Amino acid sequence: MADALTVDIVAPDRTVWSGTASRVIAPSIEGEVGLLASHEPLLAILKAGTVRVTSESGKHEFPVTGGFVSFDHNTITIVADAVATDKD
Amino acid sequence: MGGQQRVYRQRIRSTQSLKKIFRAMELIAASRIGKARDRVAAAGPYSQAITRAISAVATHSKVEHPLTSERTDSDRIAVLVITADRGMAGAYSANVLRESERMKERLEGRGKTVVPYALGRRGVTYFKFRKRDIGGEWTGESDSPTVETAREIARELYSAFTAPAEEGGVAELRIVYTHFNSMVAQEPRVIRLLPLAVVEGVAEPGEDVEPLYEFEPGAEEVLDALLPRYIESRIHACMLQAAASELASRQRAMNTAVSNAEDIIRQYTRLANSARQAEITQEISEIVSGADALAAS
Repeated sequence: MADALTVDIVAPDRTVWSGTASRVIAPSIEGEVGLLASHEPLLAILKAGTVRVTSESGKHEFPVTGGFVSFDHNTITIVADAVATDKD
Repeated sequence: MGGQQRVYRQRIRSTQSLKKIFRAMELIAASRIGKARDRVAAAGPYSQAITRAISAVATHSKVEHPLTSERTDSDRIAVLVITADRGMAGAYSANVLRESERMKERLEGRGKTVVPYALGRRGVTYFKFRKRDIGGEWTGESDSPTVETAREIARELYSAFTAPAEEGGVAELRIVYTHFNSMVAQEPRVIRLLPLAVVEGVAEPGEDVEPLYEFEPGAEEVLDALLPRYIESRIHACMLQAAASELASRQRAMNTAVSNAEDIIRQYTRLANSARQAEITQEISEIVSGADALAAS
């Protein structure tokens, strides 16, 4: 496995989740994008859907209503308009 | 004579119950202020992420956006004034309103028209009493602002900014709020929100080679989606700062009120005591002189 990704998922009023992950799938408005390490820098708008994060501690799912994702130097920031609370 | 004493006792009692109220409000403000400061901190990552993303778009593409360009067709300026819903916070709301009045005079001197938007009941009543036209008003949650309200305000101001001049479009948008420096120092501040100047805020961490971004769907669309969110997060940040400031000034004002109440109680106790003494002295002298009169006869 290549380098791990640093992931931050932020909502307007809090940081929802942050940690390292090996893979992130986000619902971009042009379709789902899967992000692995060393992806090229990306700035994409999200539509309503589910952000899936695969990390060492397991898989996490975050339903979002919209927002955007930025990827840069193996750092992913998912900026969500609103996130339904993760139950696990 | 006895009446005098009763009046003092009554005043002491009412001041004591006021003191209890002040103390309770001080404690409430003190317990909420920690939460308000946490909220300010919690909103930080979001606005940083947005600012970083916008500066990325701005450096990697030459996109002209209506939100970033100056409007010359309208001389109206929208001012969002953030005040408290309740009093009992010392000069908190008065300071903000004074700052906004000062700015209004300055702008009117330059031939502009100011349209106030009021957030917080104190501001609303202030403008209504002076019969000014209010562009919009929001009340009810000045000490714990929510994202939803920020979004609503942003939408309202955004539509005012994009409306044509004949329909009341505004050329500029400013916010007057109270910045929370520390528990003991808060200052009213004015920021210009629109047209946007994205240069301020967090700069990209120093890297020589800027990464080449891929924008999805396109740079322009990304900017379109980002800018309203940026405005929203700025407004939300101002509201949170103002909420923390409000609670801090309320705590301080109530602390002063409690010690003032204590002073008054002390003063009235002294007066009541001397009234009681005077009454006793008079009674004794009446008895003694009565006895003397009886003995003489």
